[in-house]
This record gives sequence, structure tokens and C-alpha cells, in this order.
Amino acid sequence: MDELQELYREVILDHNRRPRNFGALSDANHVIEAVNPLCGDKLTLYVKVGGGRVEDISFEGTGCAISVASSSLMTERIKGQTVGASLELFAKVHGLLTGAGDAPEDLDKLAALAGVREYPTRVKCASLAWHALKAAVTGTDGKPVTTE
Amino acid sequence: MSRAVERTTAPALLTDIASLRADFPALQQLVHGKPLAYLDNAASSQQPRAALDAEALQQRQNHANVHRGVHELSERATAAFEGARAKVRRFVNAPSVEEIVFTRGTTESINLVAASLGRQRLRSGDEVLITWMEHHSNIVPWQLICAQTGARLVAAPINDSGELDREAFRRALSERTKIVALTYVSNALGTVNPVAELVAEAHGVGAVVLVDAAQAVPHLRVDVRALDCDFLAFSGHKMYGPTGIGVLYGRRNLLESMPPYQGGGEMILTVAFDRTTYNALPYKFEAGTPNVTGAVGLGAAIDYLERIDFAALAAHEHALLELATERLLGEVPGARLIGTARAKASVLSFVVDGIHAHDLGTIVDREGVAIRTGHHCAMPVMERFGVPATARASFALYNDRSDVDRLMAGIKRAVELFRG
Repeated sequence: MDELQELYREVILDHNRRPRNFGALSDANHVIEAVNPLCGDKLTLYVKVGGGRVEDISFEGTGCAISVASSSLMTERIKGQTVGASLELFAKVHGLLTGAGDAPEDLDKLAALAGVREYPTRVKCASLAWHALKAAVTGTDGKPVTTE
Repeated sequence: MSRAVERTTAPALLTDIASLRADFPALQQLVHGKPLAYLDNAASSQQPRAALDAEALQQRQNHANVHRGVHELSERATAAFEGARAKVRRFVNAPSVEEIVFTRGTTESINLVAASLGRQRLRSGDEVLITWMEHHSNIVPWQLICAQTGARLVAAPINDSGELDREAFRRALSERTKIVALTYVSNALGTVNPVAELVAEAHGVGAVVLVDAAQAVPHLRVDVRALDCDFLAFSGHKMYGPTGIGVLYGRRNLLESMPPYQGGGEMILTVAFDRTTYNALPYKFEAGTPNVTGAVGLGAAIDYLERIDFAALAAHEHALLELATERLLGEVPGARLIGTARAKASVLSFVVDGIHAHDLGTIVDREGVAIRTGHHCAMPVMERFGVPATARASFALYNDRSDVDRLMAGIKRAVELFRG
């Protein structure tokens, strides 16, 4: 596997081609607009939080394969999780993307995002959806989310 | 008795463009183990050895402040700096060196005019006319000054080819139009505007015209007298010079009437707490110690360009653009051009179905091919064409067919990876 195949793993390409949980969520109670000013990528994240849990989550927008796949993988993994578990996962993925310390365990499919570590300019593409998630579950929506 | 006839013919201009590649040290390196194919020239072009050497010499031997000291180094630095200004004047055929202001780049040049002339002239109800194809640097400074003065910013639309809608431009001009600011060559689309005609139309309603020539100067002979523009802005780093140096040409009577842009040293004659008198042109607009090395590098880049036959250069770059266009559309299913103007500089802006421009950029980079991806600081253009981003390959004098081959191979690799 060369470096490019390491970045564009099959799971990334698959989630880019067929993003999961894609579309608006009519009963969302948090709607986060996130932009990556470097590339103009835009993401809208819809989250329905109830009883301390992410009951439902979806996203819309345009972006590169890394950004779309990261959003798709994130929604798939987060749906049904508690707010606390979501924040823990945010921290783990953040560590994975920035390469601080060893790669966290039990990330399953999310481990496919590790390829971006070799591409500093692409780390922001992968982290955009996660920053939006954090803003949603900590109730800081209303403030624009960017990767800057 | 016979007498030798004195001939003063200028040396012949260089027409063998392909031979120039060897003058650029940056192109002699490997990137990700592959020879570099540098196709991001509309963002920044590489510098020839002559410019790099001139900058190094300035730093090593002539580094001193300008217009200050009476010592040898200061005199050398001043001579080099003012020598560069004289080269710029000749390069754009400005009437005098007093009309050549050094800035940090095109962006600062436009901000200077917007802040100084804009604040002086714009009133509530006035209009500033730009076009839909402007770079953010020719939009935002005008928005800022419009917000401060109550003037309105109006953008003339473009058609599906990325050409200015001439009729709409004419309709947008009125006695309310005080300033017209437009690009000579679009960085995102490659469109070359008929600037001289547009300037004449704008002058017809009494507007002052600024031309953003950042993308024009590396490709076309730009002549401020032929264009009859009031201001012309460009940058060193897009015309084979260094970053951090740019130029504002301004018509003398306008520059004289305008208030200073920034205050500080150099731009004054006398300073007292109750009254300061300003320096003469162009120093009135050059507060602080200037980028001497940058100016020297720009001067050397101009010397380099002055040896070249621009007709041969245009033919060379146009041939590469044609080849790349033909191969992209012929060999890559789902490839589409953004910007198909009849008059077009060597900018190939495109999208490929199912592959985001950023992924394309990353993949070709691993093949040693440098292209730009994103919105190119022209979000209204992206909006107009309904794309979030494009990939852009832009050609310079040192590019050749092998760079096009490499680009195509990189794009095909992306298609293979994404479509399996």
C-alpha cells in the first residue's frame, strides 16, 4: 500500500461515495454551520440531543473525500452515544488526527482517518465535523465553527 | 573619407522560450521523489537565478536603510532601490518614477487607493463598480470603504464562459460611479478583459479606474499609457520576483491630491506636534523602511523579462494551455472546464466529477505536480459556476509539454483511485 492508498483507504472512499446520515434532520435541536476557510468547504451538522444522549444526527454540505468520509463515519459512530462518550471520542479522534501520542485503541473504522497525519494541510478536512459535533453537544452552537 | 555608421539597435529579444527552464533553480529538485512539475504559477511563480542572486547580493553587501545615511552602504542601497523603481516605470511605460509607489503587493496597492482616494471622494449614494470575477483583494477593500462612506459596491456580472457582460457593465456605469476597479486577467478563470475599452467607458462617466494587473504582468506587455488607466496594481511574486513587494502606479495628479495612506518616517518632510508636511511623490505613500531587497529582486525579474519576446512567450504558454485543455477534456471522463473565455491567459481551472479538487491536489502532489485547489480567493466566481472549488493548473514561461504529461498522469491516478 503506498502513501496515497494509506490516505484514501477503501472505507474512506466508500463513505465519500455513499455518505451515511446525509441530509437535513427536521427535529434537530442543534444545527451547526461549519466552514473550512482554507478551501471553502461547508458543513451543516444536525444533532438531536435528548436525555443526555445523541438521539439522532445527520449532515449536509460539500467537501473533499476526507471531509465527507469523516463526517459520515462520525455520524455513524455517534448516533445513540451519550454526550460524555461523544466528547471522549472527540478527544480520541483529535489525538489520532494530530498524531499526539499513540493511536488510541477501539476506534474501529475511525482508525481509517489516521492517514491524514502525513498530510498536515488535510488534518483540518478530517477534523471539521468533529469540531461541529463538539459545539453541538456542549451547547455552544450559534458561534460559527471553523478549523482556524 | 568613410565614416562608420553608428547603430543603436536594441539586442534581439529572446524567442527560444524552452531554453529558459534551466534558469530556475527551484525547478531542478525532486518532490516526493519525482521531478517537480510546478503548475501553480498564478499563485506564485518561481524566481530565476538572476533575481535570487540580486537579492543575495543586496542582503550580503548593500544592506542598509535607504534615503537616510550618507555612508557608502546606504548610498548603494538607495541606488539599488531607486534603480528598481526606474525599471518598474519603464516596464509599465509610466510617464515618471514619481508615479511608481512600492507596496507589499497587489492587495496593499488596492487598499491604499481604497482607503486614501475612497475616503476622500466617496459620499453616500456614490457607487464603486467592480466585476463578478474579482479576487477577494479587489472586493473587500472596496466593501470596507463603502461601509465607512455610505457608498454602494456594485458588481458587473459575467456570462457562462466567464467573460464580463459588457452590456451590463455599460448599464451599471452612471454619474454615481466614482471608482471602477477591475481585473485585467482573472486568476480563477483566466479571462483576459478588454481593459482599454472598459477604461474608456468608465472615463465616459467620469469614474477613476484601477486595474488589478497581478495576473497580467507575467503574460502580457502592460502599458499604462495605452490602457489609459488611473491606477495599476501588481505583485512581484507572480512575475518571477520575490514575495512582499508590489507596485502601485498612479496618475500623478491623483496621487498628488490624495491624502497619505499610512503615516511614519520617509513619508514626511518636517514633523512638529502642531503640523507635519508630507514628502513628495512617491515617498508620501511609502511610510517606513521599505522592502529594499524585494524591490531589487523585482527589478532583476523585470530585467529578465525585458530580454524576452512576449509574442513568443504568449505563443509558448498558449500552446501549453491548448494541449492541456485538449488532453483533459479528451482523456478524463467527467472533466469540465471552469472558464472558457475566448481571450484567455494560461490558466486551466477545472473540476472532475466525483473527485473534489482537494483530493485531486493531494494526489497529483504525490506525483510531484504542484497545482492550486480551492476557491482561489474568488468565492463569487465559485458561486457563479456552482462549484465549491476547482483545481487550477497555471502555466509560466518555464513549463513545457512534460509538465502537461505529468499533470495528466496525476489526474488519471486520482480517477483510478476514486473510481476503482
